[in-house]
Amino acid sequence: MNEILVEMKNISKEFPGVKALEDVDLNAYNGRVMALLGENGAGKSTLMKILTGVYERSSGEIYYKGEKVKFNFPKESQEKGIGIIHQELNLLPNLTIAENIFLGREPVGKTGKINWSKLYSDSEKYLKKLKIDVNPKTKIKNLSIGIKQMVEIAKALSLNAELIIMDEPTDALTDAETENLFRVINELRDENKGVIYISHRLDEIFEICDDVTILRDGKFIKEEKVENINKEQMIELMVGRKLTEQFPVLDKNIGEIVLEVKNLKNEHIDNVSFNVKKGEILGIAGLMGAGRTELAKTIFGLYKVSNGEVILDGKNLNINSPHDAIKSGISYVSEDRKKDGLVLGLSVKDNMTLSSLKEFTDSFGKINKKDENSICDQFIKSMSIRTPSKKQMVKNLSGGNQQKVAITKSLIAEPKVLILDEPTRGVDVGAKREIYDLINKFKKNGMAIIMISSEIPEILGMSDRIMVMSEGKKSGELDRKNANQKNIMKLAVGMKGEKTDEVFK
Amino acid sequence: MKFLNKETLLKYKSIIGLVVFSIIISLLNDRFLTVPNLLNILRQTSINAVIAAGMTFVILTGGIDLSVGSTVAFSGAIAASLIAGGYNVFLSILIALSIGALIGLINGIIISKGKVQPFIATLATMTLIRGATLVFTDGRPIGVGFEGPAEIFNFIGSGYFLGIPIPIYLMILVFAIAYYILRQTRLGRYVYSLGDNEEATKLSGINTNKIKTSVYMISGLLAALTGIIITARLSSAQPTAGDGYELDAIAAVVLGGTSLAGGVGSIFGTVIGALIIGILSNALNLMNVSSYYQLMAKGLVILIAVLLDRKEK
Repeated sequence: MNEILVEMKNISKEFPGVKALEDVDLNAYNGRVMALLGENGAGKSTLMKILTGVYERSSGEIYYKGEKVKFNFPKESQEKGIGIIHQELNLLPNLTIAENIFLGREPVGKTGKINWSKLYSDSEKYLKKLKIDVNPKTKIKNLSIGIKQMVEIAKALSLNAELIIMDEPTDALTDAETENLFRVINELRDENKGVIYISHRLDEIFEICDDVTILRDGKFIKEEKVENINKEQMIELMVGRKLTEQFPVLDKNIGEIVLEVKNLKNEHIDNVSFNVKKGEILGIAGLMGAGRTELAKTIFGLYKVSNGEVILDGKNLNINSPHDAIKSGISYVSEDRKKDGLVLGLSVKDNMTLSSLKEFTDSFGKINKKDENSICDQFIKSMSIRTPSKKQMVKNLSGGNQQKVAITKSLIAEPKVLILDEPTRGVDVGAKREIYDLINKFKKNGMAIIMISSEIPEILGMSDRIMVMSEGKKSGELDRKNANQKNIMKLAVGMKGEKTDEVFK
Repeated sequence: MKFLNKETLLKYKSIIGLVVFSIIISLLNDRFLTVPNLLNILRQTSINAVIAAGMTFVILTGGIDLSVGSTVAFSGAIAASLIAGGYNVFLSILIALSIGALIGLINGIIISKGKVQPFIATLATMTLIRGATLVFTDGRPIGVGFEGPAEIFNFIGSGYFLGIPIPIYLMILVFAIAYYILRQTRLGRYVYSLGDNEEATKLSGINTNKIKTSVYMISGLLAALTGIIITARLSSAQPTAGDGYELDAIAAVVLGGTSLAGGVGSIFGTVIGALIIGILSNALNLMNVSSYYQLMAKGLVILIAVLLDRKEK
């Protein structure tokens, strides 16, 4: 057995009114990768924040290299060799890669002047180790999310960290980038460093991790070697119950065309045509940057249309703003809840009715709070949103519940067409299933649904029809029957129909 | 002592601060806690408070309105010249108020459609309108007169009803309406939402340009009302009236706990903030502190209050 690098024992953390962690244990070993697994809100991030000194623990002990420690600031844990790569990247967009890697630790001469050539050559060394071929003088804002992630890792490496914590690092990475990340993790393991790896993606755990610690509702459930556990057991331990098959299949009851898009074109998308019918789920697949979100946002009136038509119920629409779109009966649930999907500082109730407040106001603009409260109570119940009260601020809910609030906001506006952009991103396994059930319920009620997703199993499991996009264009459309991972990927990388086979030969 | 727990103390900290502050002053000076003096404080505060009420709307959306001081002077000058020219009092007031709202509309359009930072946009209109006022008045005060329609007009600034100065009634009315709008109406909800997350508010189907324009119009309208009150009190419009008033209004809003980043704050806090500033200068006057030192004291109080507020967060 490898040496224990970090031992967290009986850690508890209380926030006002909430017990976030209760007697949680976590170990990390030299030369091994420990997966930290649990649903959103299980306490993973809180635990890591306690380890790195962001939060103070209420009780419990931490041993680092056999020594009892208590970090009061992130800087203290950093100096002792604990590096963390946060889920939300902490990079300064207007500085260069090199400046970001060595931020606050720039090599300086006697006069205090920064030794730029050393700064760049050192940065280059770390980038090379990560096999990233980018000039360290590039500004962060010009990089893809995957490369940004790598810059964070380079930063952790440059600290000579012995323990590296990665909080859902692959959430925004492409497959190639993920592979590269795994290669780096394997190297870290070979160098006898410890890694704590937080992820929702169970397949990754089997690929890259040696051990797994499972948390549920702030409690420690189990530590186990990955080889001794299978996926079903993991899910069961995480959610505390057995999950039946992931995707609920619904018998089809598809009606007439509701929304028709013809030759839609602007600076983001090129000549896209498709339709979606009553009671149908149209999945839109594609790689990052394929123009799926841009297509949705164009239909929703956020981007100008330079050419083409959007027809709803046979009527040609002229949509210039989200205001127009919602009025016409098109709703959009954003892929980024925190950025533009929800107003985090407002309450659950205020968010829910934000798109439809007009329905609850008299001609003087006064809100009828009784009506508003009752519809919110109704939706909190029917969407099974777990919140202590409708007056709770949305920022205090877990990711899955936030997502349900965002969906509810669109639903109360009673759309004919609902566009869901990555509806289960950053949502835990249990809540995912609930969201699928809800989407199917909307479908059953006759709503036309467009679902954009980067998770191919989700696209395959939920959609009646699948449209694939590549570089702003529609690269193909597949029936549920004919669709599989392989032909979706072919279309997503821009290869068309039968010709693809020739390419593969 | 259930009601004296930490949470209630924090919630009402600004009122508690105000009360404690008042008690200390009344112990130091026995003229402070007399009815005439208190009414005097309220009347003086009403000038800043009415502007600050409008400023609260603007700051809640994450904006700022530097043009209010100039609007005070301009609308006052317009009202004075109309009344001196023999126009109907109510019509004159209505025109002066409309001009305030129009300035707000222009600010709003520059900021929302023109996508100019509120600070820069209103800095420009502040200078522009001050210049326009000087051109319009030729740099000289415009007398309203004392007879006929002017008498009715002057009543707004110096009249009493049931022993209480008219501006105090106006201030209370303004705050009651502002409270109602922010708490009970759609516009109020949108103001908070826009201040917290503009992108999300827009994606929720709200015409954010309209909301932005509305708050600057409210701010301009209330600045014009202040201009009318001041002109009526002095029976004349001064071309330099309202100079620096924007800063007092911002100070009152910030003292009241409203965040300059938008989304957080309340109109009630602004009342308290304006009162703190009003009581402070009254107290210093009573104690014969020179006005030079008064400015320093005011600056220090704002600084301390804001620092205390930050520390708590």
